[in-house]
This record gives sequence, C-alpha cells and structure tokens, in this order.
Amino acid sequence: MSQLSRSDVANLARLARIDMTDAELDHLATEMDVILAAVARVQEVATPEIAPTSHPIPIHNVTRPDVVSASLTPEAALSGAPAQEDNRFRVPQILGEEA
Amino acid sequence: MITRSAHEMSAAMVKGEVTSEQLTQLHLDRISAVDQQVHAFLHVDTEGALAQARAVDAARSSGEKVGPLAGVPLALKDVMVQKGIPTTAGSKILEGWRPPYDSTVVSKLKTAGVVILGKTNMDEFAMGSSTENSAYGPTHNPWDLTRIPGGSGGGSSASLAAFEAPLAIGTDTGGSIRQPAAVTGTVGVKPTYGGVSRYGLIAFSSSLDQAGPCARTVLDAALLHEVIAGHDAHDATSINAPVPEVVKAARSGDVKGMKIGVVKELNGDGYQAGVRSRFEESLELLAKAGAEIVEVSCPNFEYALAAYYLIAPSECSSNLARFDAMRYGIRVGDEGAASAESVMNLTREVGFGREVKRRIILGTYALSSGYFDAYYGSAQKVRTLIMQDFTKAFASADVLVSPTCPTTAFKIGEKANDPLAMYLNDIATIPVNMAGIGGMSLPCGLAPEDGLPVGFQIMAPAMQDQRMYSVGAALEAALLTQWGSPLLSKIPALAGSK
Repeated sequence: MSQLSRSDVANLARLARIDMTDAELDHLATEMDVILAAVARVQEVATPEIAPTSHPIPIHNVTRPDVVSASLTPEAALSGAPAQEDNRFRVPQILGEEA
Repeated sequence: MITRSAHEMSAAMVKGEVTSEQLTQLHLDRISAVDQQVHAFLHVDTEGALAQARAVDAARSSGEKVGPLAGVPLALKDVMVQKGIPTTAGSKILEGWRPPYDSTVVSKLKTAGVVILGKTNMDEFAMGSSTENSAYGPTHNPWDLTRIPGGSGGGSSASLAAFEAPLAIGTDTGGSIRQPAAVTGTVGVKPTYGGVSRYGLIAFSSSLDQAGPCARTVLDAALLHEVIAGHDAHDATSINAPVPEVVKAARSGDVKGMKIGVVKELNGDGYQAGVRSRFEESLELLAKAGAEIVEVSCPNFEYALAAYYLIAPSECSSNLARFDAMRYGIRVGDEGAASAESVMNLTREVGFGREVKRRIILGTYALSSGYFDAYYGSAQKVRTLIMQDFTKAFASADVLVSPTCPTTAFKIGEKANDPLAMYLNDIATIPVNMAGIGGMSLPCGLAPEDGLPVGFQIMAPAMQDQRMYSVGAALEAALLTQWGSPLLSKIPALAGSK
C-alpha cells in the first residue's frame, strides 16, 4: 500500500522550503514508502504506558548572570552574508509588492 | 616518524629529536603525496598549521610548560567550526563559508597546542555511513581505495590510516566515529553525551550528536579525549562533572575482575563470518587477561534502527531550517523581484544533497500533525525501552561489547542507491547514541575472507568512559602481543609513499 502520494511529498517539500523537481518528487515518493514501512516497526512496542524520552540526560534550564561580555563585531557577524547593505543583512523582498 | 603514535611523537619532541614544525611539515608532505588518492581533506591549512607548530616550538624552547599533545598534528572533521577556516560540513550550501568563531573543541585544541592541519571530508551534515554523501566527492579507504572509509567521518578515519595525521576529531550521531574507525583499522570513541561540548558543532540531531577523539591507539584517543572534554557554559547539555579519568585507565589497561557483557542481539545473523570470528577471539583474549565474559540480552535493540531513523531525521528537519540563504552560506535565485521564500526554496534545492533532502522530508512527515504520535512519539518510547535494556544489562556487566559493524568496508557505490541497506551499517552503534552512553571501536584484526579491518565495540554507562579505555587498552595490548606489530603496519603502501 502506498502511504505517501507524490502530492503528499510535494506538500512536505513545500513545508520544508525545498523547491524539488518532478523527478525528485517521484523518486522520493517511492523511497518514502519503503522507509516508512521499515520505521513503522516502532509502533509494535510503543505501548501507551511507556513514557517517551526526548533526551538521554535530564535537561534543565541553564541560566547565568546577565553580564555584558565580548561578542561578534558587526563585521564578523556579516562576514558570511550572501549580501549586505549599510552594515546589515540584505534579504530578498519578504512582503508582496501588490499593495 | 609519521607512522608513530601521537604519544610517541610527543615524546620525541620532549627529547628534542624533532620539532613540531618538522613534524607538521612531514604530515603536510604526506598529505601532498597521497591525498589525491585518499581525498581525506577538504581543506589543508598549511600556513596556519605551521604557525601553530612554530608557536609550540617557541613555547617549549623557552621552558614553558606545554600539554601532552602540544605540537602534535590533528585532522578536524569539517562539521566543527574553526574561525576563518572554510567549513562546509560536506555540504554545497556552506561552500565558501568561513566561520567568525571557534567551536569549544577547537578552542581547547588550540589551548593544548594541538596543531590543526585542516578539515576532513564527511557525509553531508554527517548523514551517512560511507562519506559518499559529501558534496565534494567520496573519500577512499586507504586499505583498498575502491572501498568506503566509513561515515560520516570517513575523512578523519582515512587520514589516520593513511598516516596523514596521528589524531583526528570526529562526531558521532549514530556511529559516525565508531563505524569509520572499524572499517579503517583505527580507534574511535564516542564519549558520554554531554561529555564534550557541542558549541560550534554544526547540528544534525541535537539529542544524539557527540564529538569525540579518533586515533591509532587507545592511549592516543584517551589523551585527546581529556583535551576536548569538560563542562562548557556555551552548551546547555554539557555535563557539569569531572572528566572521567580516561588516560589513567588507558595506561593501566587493567580488566581483572571486570564483567564484560556480550550483547546477544548484536551478533549472529547478518554479521559477516570474519567479523564474528575476530570478535570471538577478542573475547578469549579478554578472558585470558582476567575479565569475566557474560551474556546479556537487550531485546529492544532490534527497534533501535527504526527509532533512530525517525528521531534523527525529525531533529535534522528542524536543525537544518537555519540554512535559509539569508545570513550565511550560498544564496541562489536572488534576482529582480524574487521573494525571500522563493530564494530560500531554490537555495535549499540546489544546496542540499539527496540524502539530506530525504531525511528532511522524512522528519517533516514524522513531526507533522496527525502523524507525530505514530512516528516521532513512538520512536521516543522506543528510546525509553532501549535505555531500560542498557540499565538492566549494566546491572550484570561493567561494560557491554559487540562487533562495531556487521561487515567490513564495502565498495564505493555498492549501497549508494539503497538507503535501507546503508542504514543497516549502524545497527550495532545506534543504541549507544539513543541512550547517550559512551562507545569505543578499536581494531581487532582482519577478516580472513577479505583481509579488511574488523572493529570491536565497547560500551560503558554514562560518565564511566574510563571503563572503555581499560578494556580497550587491555585488548589492544593482548592483540599487539599476538600480532607482533600494530594492525596498521599491514596496510598496503599508497602510491607516492616514501
């Protein structure tokens, strides 16, 4: 039984912000079926009374005094920017221009 | 000189037989001579390495006290950021990026005077078991150049086996230190989760990722372990406790009275005959050294692989959302009135490779509303069961052991189109990551049928990393007596070797 259709994978790719080609979507839809069938085995033993584990060690909030310390200079922070302008990251337009 | 262990190189520098600059130059020459065939390195920092080496030499000659690994060269996995040095994590999306800061591991290495030669190849974002998923081409196993060096840290393991570096840093999310060590006849250790800071380690699966030492001997791994381990305020999951005394354990190698548990489920069907025979022989050697061998059962380990391939992709789909083409990395399609979203979509399509996309899609699915409980939620429960299996097993054994991998190194291309077959490589290494405990792989011989290295895995409870080193050192010593020389002395010479 096919668990994921091509359009399901296309929707996942859209959610994951990856502009996949049709060939990639077709290929992935087939692969996902095989992989999902294999990983679904976890459901055989995951009964309701078992508590889930998210982390191997206890996780707790770590706080520190709010002390100003050395940080990246603007030049260092911008050093990897694909584009910059006026000491800031330059990004493509975020809002539509129609309005 | 370059075939010696790191602690022997260090001793030679202390005696004044060689300087760090000479030692570093020898390794740089070796890289020039053989790396075209091996392709262990993505970037070699010739000038930086020589400058670090000269600084150590100057400190030493002025009578300054320097650490045990000062002046010894090291290869750094490209997932670890180093200020000003190209860092890609094996991905096209980070091509040309030079990080503006040092990871904690790099800071500690620099403080210890360790000389960083360059960055090693890896599966993209550490996703893979063969280093074939690197955007920059595969690394070749120095034992047989047509075979894989393991993954994701295949560049680090290959650099050790090719004598391009005596030490390397790896990271292990599901076996990426131990499996490469196993298939190249080297030593690799995944410390307890939280034992080594993840600050500056490009995240794949945050609840599983752990950096650790790679070396050619157990003692060298221990010396490097002590350099990089310890609490770090920059990592909220860093354990605030003293570093286990791994060097002391590696030097003593005492296993008298220790109980060694053989995990029943991590042996047998699906394990290559030569892997099993070398493993069984190692157990006999450990028994002769005074350990008691017992059998333990971990019935839920058979679900570990399935759970891992839900948890790791889920966490990766979230972690890799940071590659959005806005602040660093490549940007594709930023022309005219293209929207931020279309630039992001196009950049991620071009910048990510096949396996990374596969895992992002799988993770996105497993975390999506309506499927979360069935997949990610169930996987988290399996994680609980695996941890319970370990707790029970450690009640009757001080350490657990298994073969590191079901097979020796396979051919490049052999499993590239079969993700499930590829995932099976990590069947014996994954439980350790799921429970956050320590794991070591050390060479235990060559499989008779193909003449390729076999790895022996040792697992210890959380923050009892020293136990792996005691057992590893004992087995290494017994094997050395049997062989007369280290396993790597049997590796075929590479063309261009002097």
